[in-house]
Amino acid sequence: MKKIRAAAVIGAVALVATGCSAGGGDAPGGAEGKGPIKVWLSNNEQEVAWGQAVVDAWNKEHPDEKVTAQEIPAGSSSEEAITAAITAGTAPCLVYNVAPAAVSGWVKQGGLVNLSTIDGGSDYITERGGDVDAYATDGDFYQLPWKSNPVMVMYNKTLFQAAGLDPENPQMNTYDAFLEGARAIVASGVQSAIWPAPTSEFYQPWFDFYPLYLAETDGTMLVEDGKATFDSDEGREVAEFWKTIYDEKLAPNEASTDDAMSAGTTAMQLAGPWAIPSYAETVDVGFMPVPTSDGRENPTTFADSKSVSMFTACENQGTAWEFLKFSTDEDNDGHLLELTGQMPMRTDLAGTYPDYFEANPNYVAFAEQVEATADVPSIPNSVEAWQAFRDGYSSAVIFGKTSIDDFLSSTAKKIDELVVE
Amino acid sequence: MTDNRRLRTRWWGAQPIGGLFALPYFVFVLAIFAYPLGFAIYIAFHDYFFTAPGAEVERPFVGFDNFVTVLTDQRVLDAFRNTLVFLVINVPLTAVLALVLAAALNTGIRWVSAYRVAFYVPYLTASVSLVGVWMLLFSGNGLINTILGPLAPDPSWLVNSGLAMPMIALYVTWKQLGFYILLYLAALQNVPKELYESAETDGAGALSRFWNVTVPGVRSATTLVLILSIITGANLFTEPYLLTNGGGPDGASTTPVLLIYQLGIQQQNPDTAAAIGMILVILVGLLSLLANRATRER
Repeated sequence: MKKIRAAAVIGAVALVATGCSAGGGDAPGGAEGKGPIKVWLSNNEQEVAWGQAVVDAWNKEHPDEKVTAQEIPAGSSSEEAITAAITAGTAPCLVYNVAPAAVSGWVKQGGLVNLSTIDGGSDYITERGGDVDAYATDGDFYQLPWKSNPVMVMYNKTLFQAAGLDPENPQMNTYDAFLEGARAIVASGVQSAIWPAPTSEFYQPWFDFYPLYLAETDGTMLVEDGKATFDSDEGREVAEFWKTIYDEKLAPNEASTDDAMSAGTTAMQLAGPWAIPSYAETVDVGFMPVPTSDGRENPTTFADSKSVSMFTACENQGTAWEFLKFSTDEDNDGHLLELTGQMPMRTDLAGTYPDYFEANPNYVAFAEQVEATADVPSIPNSVEAWQAFRDGYSSAVIFGKTSIDDFLSSTAKKIDELVVE
Repeated sequence: MTDNRRLRTRWWGAQPIGGLFALPYFVFVLAIFAYPLGFAIYIAFHDYFFTAPGAEVERPFVGFDNFVTVLTDQRVLDAFRNTLVFLVINVPLTAVLALVLAAALNTGIRWVSAYRVAFYVPYLTASVSLVGVWMLLFSGNGLINTILGPLAPDPSWLVNSGLAMPMIALYVTWKQLGFYILLYLAALQNVPKELYESAETDGAGALSRFWNVTVPGVRSATTLVLILSIITGANLFTEPYLLTNGGGPDGASTTPVLLIYQLGIQQQNPDTAAAIGMILVILVGLLSLLANRATRER
């Protein structure tokens, strides 16, 4: 009996001991540390291929400072996965998919490294990207603006032809022409002319309202100098334009159950150059700039840019910085362009890679557009502000429950209060 | 004799090894349930946001500020109202349908197993896949609207602010039914057959037997079904998120848990999210208490 009892005690204690693992995260690493690092890439197939190639090239030259790359862990959005990682202390050294709108929140969390404190940090960022002050938080850079996907109107050439529109030059740059074209498309039997997602996520305005707003105002961001800018004539015009589209059922107010462009249930979609390889096999697509009320030349559009940031959980920040510079040099930016078609945010893109654009003429439109883009404003409570905007827009424009004037004025007031902090 | 009594009155009981074996699960309950619950209550009363380990920030105590913010926000109030609409439709429907179907299955009809499987399969299937089927049926250009033609509601089912939440309530009722039918089937086995026989001899018809023998006989199961469906309904997140694009037409199918997700995780405001969570827990507790009272033996 005594032996059994002794064995039972030992067994129970062993169970408890293995159950309670010693926790404790590592303290944030040094700024000069060199050694192995981890980086995260987005889930885009072509980007992962690019990232792996860059990592392999670096590892060959730096066997003591090996880089391990992986895709961002699955989650409803990469921002949530990264926020969770910051809170848990398990963030990698670099993430190659940082949305500028999320940066202010992560800075507040204490999760991002201030790149301006690194020797030559600010200089490198501004030399590569040019005029990128809009990406600074409180005057310092916590992100390196990496690549952009200027938003244009992607259209299905076959459906346009069937609707009687010129597939090579649709001439839909004014609101009136755009609406007429949209009506013709629906009249020709297509379920919808354009199908932006009518869902309520905070980032959806970036693919319906915001690109047209930037075009209409020649680059005024949603919030400037701490004040919301869209309670204005231009904001009203853009909102009325989209309201007409929803009222006349040219766009559905329900989400699509599958990819509308491939299924042929829509003829247009707001998209960036990432769409070219995605739809290469299924749809014959063309691209035109977003419409404006007066059809001006070279309208500004939304950059849909992504940045790279370094995280405070990184132990070997010295290596991380060197790798960051390596992965964004002229060669590797060129590889990014070739493999993914997305535009690195460096000055004079078309001049730096003339061979690429000669070989790929359907990307030329985007290269030209890259010069005329604007991004989300760097404001505190950025996600909350965009959510408030989406809620108001949804109510007034998509579902017609409130008036546009009410939406613009009350949402502007709400956002003014949010960004005051 | 005296030895045994002495053993039992020791504070660690007669067999301390039992406590040791229970310790891992006890630690688990503390870590996974008790600590986060306590922490959530703490968060709800402070100006709190998550930070990287090692970051030093101020987290002042703010009393009831978060609760005031939350209760004066129209979206939150709408979300609670939507939950009420959902519960009013879902809970009675679930209880009644489950009992009726279980009683039907219990009468010894043919193909009982096939029916049981048919009822249980939606409960087992992940919502994410079932939702796809429902959207094909009920979307603007879906099967139902095509059949109904001019009778189809405009705006369509899932984007109609009056119909969105009821549609979700119906969907969840259908999906959960299998589980509650099983609960009732088990309870029905405990209703003595003699009661039915004596009721029949007294001249009671089938309906009368159902109302006077079956329903009182499964009273404890009814309490369980009511409380479980109230708790599940109040914590609804997946279905509104998937079926109605996260919030529905102008927030007509937003639920409190969806707001907790938006505020706590997307917008990094866990303090207001925790406040909503606490209000939700209190409300669910009250409703469950009511349900318990209502089905108590008189």
